[in-house]
Amino acid sequence: MTTSEQWILVSKQQDIPLLGARVVTGAAAGPIAIFKAADDTIFAVLDRCPHKGGPLSQGIVHGHAVTCPIHAWNINLETGCALEPDEGCTRRYDVKCVEDEVFLRRDQLAAL
Amino acid sequence: MKKMKLVLVGNGMAGVRTLEELLKLAPDLYDITVFGSEPYPNYNRILLSPVLSGEQNVEQIILNDLQWYADNNIRLHLDKTVVEIDRVAREVKAADGTVEPYDRLLLATGSLPFILPVPGKELPGVIAYRDIKDTNEMIATAASHQHAVVIGGGLLGLEAANGLSARGMKVTVVHLMDWLMERQLDPVASKLLQKSLEDRGIDFKLKTQTEALLPNADGTRVAAVRFKDGETIAADLVVMAAGIRPNTALAEAANIHCSRGIIVNDTMQTFDPLIYAVGECVNHRGSVYGLVAPLFEQAKVCANHLAEYGIARYSGSVTSTKLKVTGIDLFSAGDFMGGDGCEEITLSDPLAGVYKKLVVKNDLLVGACIYGDTADGTWYFKLLREEKNIASIRDTLIFGESNIGDVGHEGHNKAAAMLDADEVCGCNGVNKGKIVRAIKDQGLFTLEDVRKCTKASASCGSCTGLVEQILMNCLGTSYSETPKKKAMCACTDHSHDAVRVAIREKKYLDQAQIRSEMGWRTPSGCASCRPALNYYLISTWPHEAKDDPQSRFINERAHANIQKDGTYSVIPRMWGGLTNASELRRIADVAEKFNVPTVKVTGGQRIDLLGIKKEDLPEVWKDLGMPSGHAYGKSIRTVKTCVGSEHCRFGTQLSMDMGVRLEKMLFGMYAPHKVKLAVSGCPRNCAEAGIKDVGVIGVDSGWEIYIAGNGGIKTEVAEFLCKLKTDDEVKEYSGAFIQLYREEGWYLERTVHYVQRVGMDYIKARILQDAPGRLALFERLLFALKDAPDPWKDFEAAGVDLKQFETIALPQLS
Repeated sequence: MTTSEQWILVSKQQDIPLLGARVVTGAAAGPIAIFKAADDTIFAVLDRCPHKGGPLSQGIVHGHAVTCPIHAWNINLETGCALEPDEGCTRRYDVKCVEDEVFLRRDQLAAL
Repeated sequence: MKKMKLVLVGNGMAGVRTLEELLKLAPDLYDITVFGSEPYPNYNRILLSPVLSGEQNVEQIILNDLQWYADNNIRLHLDKTVVEIDRVAREVKAADGTVEPYDRLLLATGSLPFILPVPGKELPGVIAYRDIKDTNEMIATAASHQHAVVIGGGLLGLEAANGLSARGMKVTVVHLMDWLMERQLDPVASKLLQKSLEDRGIDFKLKTQTEALLPNADGTRVAAVRFKDGETIAADLVVMAAGIRPNTALAEAANIHCSRGIIVNDTMQTFDPLIYAVGECVNHRGSVYGLVAPLFEQAKVCANHLAEYGIARYSGSVTSTKLKVTGIDLFSAGDFMGGDGCEEITLSDPLAGVYKKLVVKNDLLVGACIYGDTADGTWYFKLLREEKNIASIRDTLIFGESNIGDVGHEGHNKAAAMLDADEVCGCNGVNKGKIVRAIKDQGLFTLEDVRKCTKASASCGSCTGLVEQILMNCLGTSYSETPKKKAMCACTDHSHDAVRVAIREKKYLDQAQIRSEMGWRTPSGCASCRPALNYYLISTWPHEAKDDPQSRFINERAHANIQKDGTYSVIPRMWGGLTNASELRRIADVAEKFNVPTVKVTGGQRIDLLGIKKEDLPEVWKDLGMPSGHAYGKSIRTVKTCVGSEHCRFGTQLSMDMGVRLEKMLFGMYAPHKVKLAVSGCPRNCAEAGIKDVGVIGVDSGWEIYIAGNGGIKTEVAEFLCKLKTDDEVKEYSGAFIQLYREEGWYLERTVHYVQRVGMDYIKARILQDAPGRLALFERLLFALKDAPDPWKDFEAAGVDLKQFETIALPQLS
C-alpha cells in the first residue's frame, strides 16, 4: 500500500442519516458532502453543485443521486456528474467503509 | 439468456416511436428487426407539406437516421414490403423472399390513400399524397407542368394545393361536400379559409363529383378532368386526397380480426396475443386516428406492454386540428358543430378575418372552431380535454386566456407574433428561436421534450402556454398533448389523484408500501414524488403516518429558507402582523450578534433575517424566542391584517383580532402548497384579501369570505364564497375550505388551481350546502392540527434532526 492511500476516519456510518448527508469541513477543495443512499452505500462528493455552487448536502437523496436544493439539478453520486439534460461534474471522493467507520483518502482531501 | 425477437412491420412514425419508448423501458429485452417498404429511414410524415411548399427539405424531416438503427442494434430492411405473416411458424415473409422469425410482432402498416374508382385513375400523372415519393413527383411535375387538380378539400388536399400553388402551378381543388374541411370546420370558418386560399390564386369547385380522368392525345399522361356536370378542365397532375383507409391487407390475409382497421384492445394487442398493432392501421374502440398525438399515446402504451410492465392502458384520445399552411391560422377541436343541448358562443369580425366559435354543454367546453386568431387554441383544447368547468369564466371565455394578467415574458401571449429573439422563458432565459430550433432539429413533439431539451417552462411554468403554442405552430396537428391524467413523475404512471385515493382506501401509512404496491419504477422515488407522498400520508392519516424529514425539501428539514449562497433566511412568526418592543429588541440583538447582513420587512407583515449560516440556526431560534413563521414551507404562511376597527376610523370589524385567531388556529399546518390569508376590517380592503387563498373582509353586518385568490405568476382574484355573521362561523367556513383543499389538492397545487380544477360549484356544495359535512371537515382540520409542535423549539416532536446543524471537522491534513 502506497502512502497516497492513507485513509482518514471522518464519521461513523450511523451518524449519517439514511437518505441524507453530513458535511465534512477542512478539505483543501472545500466542504465535502457524505451521503448515505437507500441501500446504505456511502458516497462523498464536493459539496458544490457544478451549476451554481449549491450545497448538494442539503438535497433530497434518491437512488444513487441527489437533487440540488438550489435549482434541482440531479447529480449522480457515483460519478459526481449531472444527469441529463444538465451537464457538468463536481469532484467525487473515494470512500472506504470498515465496519461502522467511514474513511476518506488523505491525498484526495489534501488536493486543491 | 437468449433475447426474444421483435419484428416491426412499418417503418413509420407510430411504429418507430413505439420502439423508442420500448428502448427507454427495456433496452435489452429484444432483438429488433424493422421492415419498411419505403427506401428511407423513419421521417416526419407531417412535415411533407412544408417540403412540398419548399420551406423544408427531405433531410430536415428525417427523425431517425440510419445511425440510430445501428446504434440500437436494430436490423433494418428498407424497401422491403412484408407480404405474409405465418402465425403458426411465427415468421414474416417479405416480397423479396426475406424471412424473419418473431416472438412478438408489431404491425404499424399505416394507411393507404383512397383512390377514386374513376376511369383513368391509373394514368401517369395521377398520384396520391402520402409519402416522399409522391412529394418528389409533385415537386418535379410543378417544375415542368402547369395545371394541377386536387381531388378532396380536406386537410391533406388543401396542404397539397397550397404547396403546388407555391411552386407555381395553377391549382383547382375539387370537393364533393358543401364546404371545405367539413370534418374540422363549420361553414363560417370554412368560408373564411376558402377566401384566403382564393386570394392566393387557388380555385375551388365545391359540391362537385369527378366522373373521369382523361388522357392526352397519345395516351401517355393525364390531361384533363371531367366532372358529373359535364365540365372539363385541364390537368397535368391529379392529386387524390379524398381520404385514407387503414392498411389492413397483411393482417387480414393472416386472419387477424379486422374491421375498418386492425382491432386492438386497450393494451394495443390484436386478437393474436403475440401480435400488437399501433398507428393509423388500428381500430381502437371503434375509432381510427390519423393524427400523431394519439398515435404517440398508443406507442407509449404498446411499449409498456412489450416491455412486460403490463400497467398502461390506452383509452382513446381527443384530437385537435391545425392546418399547416403558412399564414393561415385555423384551429378546431371536439364537437365544433354543436347540436342538441349545446350552446354556442361566437365572435365574428369578418373584416379582420377573425372568427371564433365555442360550443358549450353543461358548463363544459365541448368544441371549438377558430379562424384567424388561434393564439388561445391550446388553452381551449386544454379546457376541453381536461373537462374543466367553465361556468365561472364563461363571460370572458371567448376572449381567451390572454386577457388575464401573466408575467415573465414581456406580456407576450401570441407565440406566432413573437420574434426569434423574444424571451419566452424568463426563468431560464430561453428565447423563441432556441425553442423552434430544438423542435425542428431534434424532432421534439411534447412539452416534456421541450422542457428537457431547452429548459423552457421547466421552472415556474408561467410560459407553458406559449411553449405549447410554439409546439403547435411548428408541428401543426402532430403536437402531442400532455395526457389528461398526468403521471406524478417519471417514477410512476399513477396520477396524483390515484395515489391520494389509494392512500385513503388502502390505508397506506408509509412510502415504501406505496412504492412497492403501486409499482414504482424506482426504489426510493425522486425529488418530485417523495415530498408529495410524504404530504399525502401525513395529511390523510394525521398522528398515524410518520413524517419522513428526508422526503422533505431542505427548507422544511432545516426549518429555514435556503438562499442561493447556501445560507438561510429566518422569519419568526408575528401573529396577524403584530409585534411588540420586546420581540423587536430580541430581533435587533440577533441581527447584531450573528452579523445578519440583511434585515427585511416581508410582504406578509413580518421581519426576515437573511444570510444566516446553517450551524447558527438553533442558536438564532433560541435567542429570538418566537415561534417559527413557517415562511419556508408548503404550509400556513401568514394572515395579513389591516388595522381594523381597533383604531381605524373606517373600520367596521376587529380585523387584527380575527387575523390572530385564524393564524393561531392554523399554526403548524402543512398543505399541498403555501397558504396565505388576509383579513380586512372594511371593504376598502387594505389587507389585499382579494388575492389570498382565503380572504376575509369585514362589513358592517359581518364578514365576507373570498377564496382561491393568488398574487403570484398569474394574478387571480379571489371568488366570493359566502357572507357570515359571527367570528366562529368565519373560523369554521374558512377552516373547512382549507381542509377540503388539504384533503383533495395535488401537491404543489395552489388553492386557485385546485378550485379551477374541481369547480366553484363543487366547493359551494361541500362548504355551503352540506352543514354536517362542513363541520366534519372543520373537525378533521382541528384534529390534524392538535398539539402541532413548534419546529424551532419542540425539536423531537417536530422531528428535527439536530445533527444536520453540526459539521464534521477534519484533523489537520499535513
